Amino acid sequence: MTIRFALSATLAAFGLTLAAPVAAQQLTLPQEELETVETSDNGGTEVTVTAESWQDLGIAIASFATNADVSTPANAQGTAALGHELARIVYADLRNNGLFRPVGPDALPRPTYPQITAPSWGTWRGRSAEMLVHGYVRANDDGRLTVGCYLYDVVLEDELVREGWVVAPAEWRRAAHKCADLVYSRLSGEDPFFDSRIAYIAETGPKDNRTKRLAIMDSDGANHRFITNGQSTALTPRYSPDYSKIAYLSYSDGNPRIYVYDVDSGRQTLVTQSSNPTFAPRWSPDGRYLLYSMAVAGNTDIYRVPATGGTPIRLTFSPSIEVGGSYSPDGTRIVFESDQSGAQQCYIMNADGSNQRRISFFGGRCATPEWSPRGDQIAFTHIVGDFHIAVMNTNGRNMRTLTNGWQDEAPTWAPNGRIIQFFRSARNSGDSTIWQVDLTGENERRLNTPVGASDPAWGPVLP
Amino acid sequence: MKLNAVMIAATSVLALAACSKKPPEELPPVQETQAPVAATPTPTPPAGPVAGSQEHFARAMAGRDVIFFDTDKYDIDSEDAAALRAQAEYLLQFTNARATVEGHADERGTREYNLALGERRANAAKNYLVSLGVAENRLRTVSYGEERPAATGSNEQAWARNRRAVTVMIR
Repeated sequence: MTIRFALSATLAAFGLTLAAPVAAQQLTLPQEELETVETSDNGGTEVTVTAESWQDLGIAIASFATNADVSTPANAQGTAALGHELARIVYADLRNNGLFRPVGPDALPRPTYPQITAPSWGTWRGRSAEMLVHGYVRANDDGRLTVGCYLYDVVLEDELVREGWVVAPAEWRRAAHKCADLVYSRLSGEDPFFDSRIAYIAETGPKDNRTKRLAIMDSDGANHRFITNGQSTALTPRYSPDYSKIAYLSYSDGNPRIYVYDVDSGRQTLVTQSSNPTFAPRWSPDGRYLLYSMAVAGNTDIYRVPATGGTPIRLTFSPSIEVGGSYSPDGTRIVFESDQSGAQQCYIMNADGSNQRRISFFGGRCATPEWSPRGDQIAFTHIVGDFHIAVMNTNGRNMRTLTNGWQDEAPTWAPNGRIIQFFRSARNSGDSTIWQVDLTGENERRLNTPVGASDPAWGPVLP
Repeated sequence: MKLNAVMIAATSVLALAACSKKPPEELPPVQETQAPVAATPTPTPPAGPVAGSQEHFARAMAGRDVIFFDTDKYDIDSEDAAALRAQAEYLLQFTNARATVEGHADERGTREYNLALGERRANAAKNYLVSLGVAENRLRTVSYGEERPAATGSNEQAWARNRRAVTVMIR
């Protein structure tokens, strides 16, 4: 089996969409875009790599060089030290996700600035590196940083891809994630995912008096930030597709209600004006609508409301529990859970609520379904006594179990649909942690968080 | 919350004994007590907790402020009905009292489903109280899903104690 890459066309499109100006010095603005300063165009070179081999590629990731070691708010020791840190992040991204056989900058010689575009091939061949990542960082007069990233084939002595970005100093890590994404996408043929964020619930304290706070972090756990102070319980956050808002459940007025939190202003509004409890918020792929579940006189059904407010539309009408919901990437269908058969099972309906039908008919229960960003798979919590993470086709067939914990629940997809994140609760203590597993079921690993963590929600790749 | 946990632990056995001891066949008696007691609000011993307070209610209920459910269920069985009748009698006696019915689930469900399940349980208990004559506007419901366990273990006994609806006086 082989994977082919048509490089130039996709990158040209990529570059165009990214060429937007950046407001400097702004901290973690979700809608902030990186300015792309260069993209490679090496005449549409196609490289064929066998599917088995790309994951085994030895990749050397050397320190990024700098033209002049000057001070920068991004690193107290200057741009040379920053270049080393950038390479370490690229290395950690690839290593922590079990991708390739990377060797990081701590174990490699430091290239000079001119060598970034003219690698010392003999040095890298001698280290049996098949692929080489070089990069540079440059402090601009306006205080921003320009970061370039190059991927070379050491055997062919050829450049495979290059790209560069202008970032505010506070966003310097994003440039490293973009570089890791560039390398990963170029070699695997998959879509990028590193430059993305995760909203989740941070948990502290004993099981019967747990503090649950809304928190956010980068896909690698960096830039961690608590959003709520923990005075009231927060649950089940979901980033809007443009990262400008987070819908989540809070008991701040004593009742469970969905609030839409505006990341920039810090203000939040109720998803809908109702005295009934609302929970399980979900964004439509275009960010224009929110699904929520509302209990009226004890009966929970699914509703849809414009994200800017307005009249809600009821989508389910059964006296049973209908809850949650996840849109197909094209926005035309919704997978949700219902216990109308007597136990939680997964159902699909059109986005207007029509044509509801059950899709899960395997043993056990089907809960918290989440549609893959690629559209062809649905991840869910498979309850068979214990809780496992599983995937199935959108017709409910080809169910595959990916994890075997005691209580693994609430899957969320990486933006490229290749990795699933979920949370795992420990027996008795109830301590929860966030984990990831590849769609193949391999490479299960824990994500480091400052405290206990649950309800992860992975957002899309940042623009 | 702490108090509730202790009360449940101490009295789930008592609740069984109570319902066999006193078969609450007749529903109407509550109507008789309603008016007179409201008219003379201080027949209780002066030293004890204030009538209508949580402490007073919990003491009077002796465990019957909590009812329990089977996995994923929210139906009111005869034991639950006996406890709810005691609650209704109290609420009809102390007409200034208002109550919140909390619905809870065990940890062996997914978070959002458990919120919906807690809603069902709280409303099942509330509806039963209303059917016994308690004015609907005196009762509020809230679901805590699996977020506030009374028993913290991960075993059948703990889960059984957490699948519950708890009636709590407001103020």
